[in-house]
Formats: sequence, structure tokens, C-alpha cells
Amino acid sequence: MGLEDLNHNFLTGSLEELVKWARRSSLWPATFGLACCAIEMMAAGAADFDLARFGMEVFRGSPRQADLMVVAGRVSQKMAPVLRQVYDQMVEPKWVISMGVCASTGGMFNNYAIVQGVDQIVPVDVYAPGCPPNPQTLIHAILTLHEKIRLGELTQRRPGETGAGIDLAAEPVPPGWVAPPSGVRLGTPR
Amino acid sequence: MTSEELKAETSEGLQELQERDETDPVALAIEEGSPFRPPEGPMLDLGDIDVEFGEDETMIINMGPQHPSTHGVLRIMMELEGETVLRSKPVIGYLHTGMEKTGEELTYVQGATNVTRMDYLSPLHNELVFSLAAEALLHIEIPPRATWIRMLMTELNRISSHVLWMATNGMDLASTSMMIYGFRDREMILSFFEKTTGLRMNHDYIRPGGVAADLPDGWEDDVMSIIETIPGRVDEYDEMLTGQPIFKHRTEGVGIISPELAIAMSATGPILRASGVAWDLRRAMPYLAYGDVDFDVIVGTVGDVFDRYAVRLNEIRESCKIVRQCVEKMPLGDYRAQDKKVTPPPRARIDESMEALIHHFKIFTRGFEVPPGEVYTAIESPRGELGCYLVADGSNKPYRMHIRAPSFVNLQSLPPLLRGGLIADAVAVISSVDPVMGEVDR
Amino acid sequence: MAAVGASAAELAGLSETSSIGASGQEVLHVTRERYLEVAGALRDAGFEMCADLCGVDYLRHLDRPLPEGVTPERFEIVVNLLSLEIHQRVRLRVQVPDSDPVVPTLFNLYPGTENMEREAFDLYGVCFEGHPDHTRILMPDDWEGHPLRKDYSVGRVPVQFKQAPGPR
Repeated sequence: MGLEDLNHNFLTGSLEELVKWARRSSLWPATFGLACCAIEMMAAGAADFDLARFGMEVFRGSPRQADLMVVAGRVSQKMAPVLRQVYDQMVEPKWVISMGVCASTGGMFNNYAIVQGVDQIVPVDVYAPGCPPNPQTLIHAILTLHEKIRLGELTQRRPGETGAGIDLAAEPVPPGWVAPPSGVRLGTPR
Repeated sequence: MTSEELKAETSEGLQELQERDETDPVALAIEEGSPFRPPEGPMLDLGDIDVEFGEDETMIINMGPQHPSTHGVLRIMMELEGETVLRSKPVIGYLHTGMEKTGEELTYVQGATNVTRMDYLSPLHNELVFSLAAEALLHIEIPPRATWIRMLMTELNRISSHVLWMATNGMDLASTSMMIYGFRDREMILSFFEKTTGLRMNHDYIRPGGVAADLPDGWEDDVMSIIETIPGRVDEYDEMLTGQPIFKHRTEGVGIISPELAIAMSATGPILRASGVAWDLRRAMPYLAYGDVDFDVIVGTVGDVFDRYAVRLNEIRESCKIVRQCVEKMPLGDYRAQDKKVTPPPRARIDESMEALIHHFKIFTRGFEVPPGEVYTAIESPRGELGCYLVADGSNKPYRMHIRAPSFVNLQSLPPLLRGGLIADAVAVISSVDPVMGEVDR
Repeated sequence: MAAVGASAAELAGLSETSSIGASGQEVLHVTRERYLEVAGALRDAGFEMCADLCGVDYLRHLDRPLPEGVTPERFEIVVNLLSLEIHQRVRLRVQVPDSDPVVPTLFNLYPGTENMEREAFDLYGVCFEGHPDHTRILMPDDWEGHPLRKDYSVGRVPVQFKQAPGPR
């Protein structure tokens, strides 16, 4: 049957593109407010900046229902295990935005108490600079992540590929996870 | 019959109820029955807790540190009997940043940058208390315009902090419109801050010796538009929440604290004032120029969640009054002390004078020396008494910098507030204490 | 009603004399033995709120000048008391030796010092005898050392540039 017989408007595309479009259009962030940046994250979700434009206004209280973790603020040594546990509780696929310099590098608090960069604990997809980043910066980081999802692979990210310098290959492999054969990409990066 | 005669008559001494203020605060706390001190370890084994359980079954649950309504990373261990909270213990430290240690590594010029990140809802107050402490050690007078600019900015900051509290409190009590309104109105003040200081938060604007920059051109119009809008918006909140039956049911009679217990627990700020003690450092021990402005100290009567809400709501109105007087009385003159030791030269001088360039470079790299001594200064932040204990040893860095954080101390009154309430009310009570975890853990 | 302008030491009828420090603040040096007694007398004299309690480590200034009769020690516990009635503050400074860093707790007089004493213990390792919950408060339970002591390093990590090319 030819497509010209159909009456309604339609688009054609691969299933993969559709899935990626759906994923990036409704990223649900987990509320992981830690410090100053959390206030700016809340401001980004409120009226003036309105994250609802990107389908992300639902900040989920439970990590089980979220697929984006915005690490907003400094991560202390005491909080680090909690952060990792919350990250582990999120279901795949999941992404992490490191918001602010404290989360990204420890910032001005280069001391005994602060983890010098959250990428030592969880793989980070996008780093947002600033102390604190204003809501526009956060929105820019989110749009960057959208681009990344749109252009990225559909399948689970491969070991060692994401996260600045973090060796995911050393991570324990979840049971039942089969590494894709190297060189085979299911998506076509543009 | 006098009490002495009564005492003589009974074998067990005085039989009448004594005056409430004669009760020892510790006895009062024990009478309330709220102290609860289990170990805080992450793998808490119930068998390890040395707690006497009654005949009824109680359950210990953890709330936080990752919980949407604990305002950050507060963790509360609660002993429950059914839905009723019996004893509880706040567990903190999840945001410990080592700022007091970092503060000993930074010069006095850089110090304000550090302290401003403690209480991120009222950063200007933190800068102010640090600057006041440093100035007390330096024995320098700051010009009147700097004093009034500081007052103007900190009062605006108090408004924005209380408005944000209204927003998050609304969110905790499921009033989403309140949250949207609160953030909308806060943006108005933040945009003025951005215009003046360059940043929305963490300004580093108030520094030892004055403020970083003069107010921008046309600041009167900006400030007047803020204080003409905010009271109307506050009336809106008032209309939306104060008389609303759901809000009243969730807040009235919940989390009551008596003035005696509040004082014994060292609680300050809206918690103390809501319980009926008219203690406001702006009035009681005036700093800056608070002696010259007219405002009221808002006091509650019952000491419940609703009173704390009402105190904050009306403090926004009082702050608007102070801001208006600041605009009217703002003197002309310098915005920082003309003390060569502390003040960097004006920007224009750097282009023409080598000495000015060297002087500027020295102040921002090496800083200035502060004579040995120790001082404790305190101001009224939106959350209570914010103090700074500074020990100087004659070098360019503080030997010891300690911040008395109001939220840190106020958190101690959570167990008596939560005692006997429902677990659903715990959210309202935690919110009413208004803890800012950055300040609690420092 | 308290006399206006009287110092806290006079109000409480103490044998210690207070000194006036920077910006006219009243400071009272007390020994560890007299600490509880002085605090109790001050509380009865109307200083009903303990506003602040913190520790200081004077490791680098063991020979600092102090008033006559006060032996400088490594640690100091600094207590700020506040009278809501006469709007006055007084600061107690207690010398605590390094060899025996123990002071009695103020908890029974001022229950509000519970968190502050836990913090001073956590950050300085000064023990408070009789404290009901003598545990760490800010650092994790299994943390070693007391971070605000002067001989505890800041723990600065040199900045690493992860993507920088390594030496060939």
C-alpha cells in the first residue's frame, strides 16, 4: 500500500529516533538539592524560567521515578554514599547533570570535607558552571543534555565512554548485562 | 494558707504546682519527653539501640537525608507509635563543607566570599556579620552611606528570604500556587541584587570596610517599585493562606513550643518570637542604624506553626517599612571607609598611578593585617541570631572564624516541636523551623 | 532588677573579675574547676540563654598574653551567654590543656548547648563530661581526627586536569 493513500498528516522515521525524541522530551529530574544551587534549580522550575517548557516540571521525590539527577550543590564526604545510593536506585536510562562548580570540581572548598567533583562517584553527562549557575545556565545545561540524548546511542552507554576520566569498566557489571560488540553502533551519530 | 505553711503540713514538701518559670529547663525537656539519642550510623541495627521501649510497639523511621520536604539534606530519626511521633533526633552533617577551616586559609578580603555561601537564602547577612566582626577588630568606622546601604540590602534580603520561606512552606503544605507566587516575587528582588552586586546569590557585596560598589543609577525607582509591589503581594498571600481552612487545620496548634523551653534551647528568631518573647537584635541590641528607623517587632502568642508563619508574614511588611525609610534617609557620601589600609584605590586611579596599582594588587593578594584580639558580633538574620566569633593574631588571615548559625541551634528545638504530633504534621513543623542546611553544617 | 551598667561578674557576685575586650565586650576567664559554678551563678543572675559555644585551638599561640593568673593552654572553650532582660552579653573563656581535654558539660544548665558541645567535640576533640549524647555531629561516625585542630591538614587536593596530555 502506498503512503499517498493515507488521509492524515504523518511523519516517517526510525523507531530509534522516536524513542530518543520521547526520552529527551520528558526528562524527569529527581530532586537532589544539596546547597545553594538547589535554590536556583527550584527557581528554574518556578514561574519565571518555567522548566515545564521542556517537559521537566515534575521533580520526582522518588529516584525510582526519575531519569535525570541534577546534583545541585557541594557533595560532602558524609553525603557521598547517599548520593551513590540514590543514583543506583534510579532506573536506566539515566543521566546526571553536575550543577555548579562545587559539584563539578569542589569549587572554592578544596578541603577535607568536600568530594572534589561528583564525577568521582557517578558518571556525569553535563557540567554546568557557575557559583551558583543561574537558571539560564541550568536550562542551557539541560538543552545540551537534550542534544546529547538526541545524537547519542539508544542502548546503554558502553563502559569507559562517559564521565570525565571515570573508569566505568571497573564498575561492577549488573547481572544479565551483555556488552555490545565493539564497533557496532545501533544509532548513527550525526 | 501560704506555701510555707502548706509545706510544713505535708511530709513530702510543697504540694502545689509551682510557677512555670521555676521549672528547670532540663526538667522541662524531660517532662516533654522528647530527647532521643540513638547512634547515627548508616547501618542502624535496632538491637543496638539502648532505648527502653514501652509495651506498645514503636517503630523508628528515618526521614531524609534525601527527602523533598526536609529543605536540603536534613535527616530526622523518628520514633513512631502508629502515626504519632514520640521522640525524634535530627541528624546533620550531610552538607559539612569545612567552611570554618577554609575561613582560616583565606584573607579578610576573601573571607566574605566564604561566609556568604553558608546561609544561601540570606547571603548578605552572613557577609554583614563577618564584616562587622572584622571592623570591630580593626577599629574602623564606616561612613554613614555604607551603613545605610547595608541596611537597605539586608532588609531586602530578609524579604526575599521570608518570601522564599513562604514558597517552600506552601510547597510542603501542598499549596503549589504559593510556591509559584513566592518564586515570582523573589525574582524581583534578585534582579535588583543582580543589578547592584552582579550576582543573584552569594554576592560578596558587603566587605570589611564598606560595600563593594555604590548603588546603581536609578536604584530609588527599583527599590520603590519593589516595596510598592511586595505589600500587595503579601496581602495576596494573607488572603490565600491565613483564613484558608485547610491551611489553618494543618498549622494551628501544631508544633507548640513554650517561651521557657525556647529560651532554654537557645532558639532565636521567629521561633522565639512566635512563642511570645519579643527578642529581636535589631531592637534589643541595635547594630548599623537600626536605632534610627521605626519598625515593630512581631510577636506570636501560641508558639505553633501558624504563629511562626504569621510572624514571618508580618516581618515582610516591617522590612518593607524599613526599606522605605532607608530610601528616604539615604545619606550621600562614600560607600566605603577611606582607610588606605583596608580600602582599595578607586578604579580610575589605577590607570594613572603606579602606586595605586601596587596598592590595589597588595590589598587583593596579601590583604591587610588585623591587630590581635577576639570579638563576637551578632545580628538578626531571617532565622535568628547570626553570630561571628573572630580571633585575630595579627596576620592577614583570621586565626579562628566561627559562625553561630541560627538554624544549627534552632534545630535542637525540633524534638519538642515534633513530640506528640502526627507524622504528616512533621513536614509542616520542619518547614516552620526554616533550617538552611548550608548554614547548619557549614 | 539589675543595675544598669554593672558587669556580669558583679551581677552574679563572682570572685573573678571580668576584662573588657575589643569593642567593649565583657570577657571572663574561668578555670575548669569553677566553670560550672560560674555559669550557674550567671544563669541565676539573668543570663538565661547560651547563645554560642565553640572551641579554639591555640597551638600556634601557646604563649599568648592573658590576664594575670590565667595559664594559657592549647584549647579554649568560648561560651557566649546572653541576658534577654538586661540586653547584655558575657563571654566565658575556659583554658583546656592538650593532655587532658575534658570540661564539664553545660547541658544541665543550658540544654541548648547540646549541639554546640557535640560540634566542639567533633571538630576539636574536647570532651564534655556528662554530655548525654557525646558523639560526632558533623563528620561521619567513623571519621578519624578532629578537622579544626591546627595540626590537622586542610586536606587540599591539587587540581588535576584530567584531559591534559601526560608526560611522554
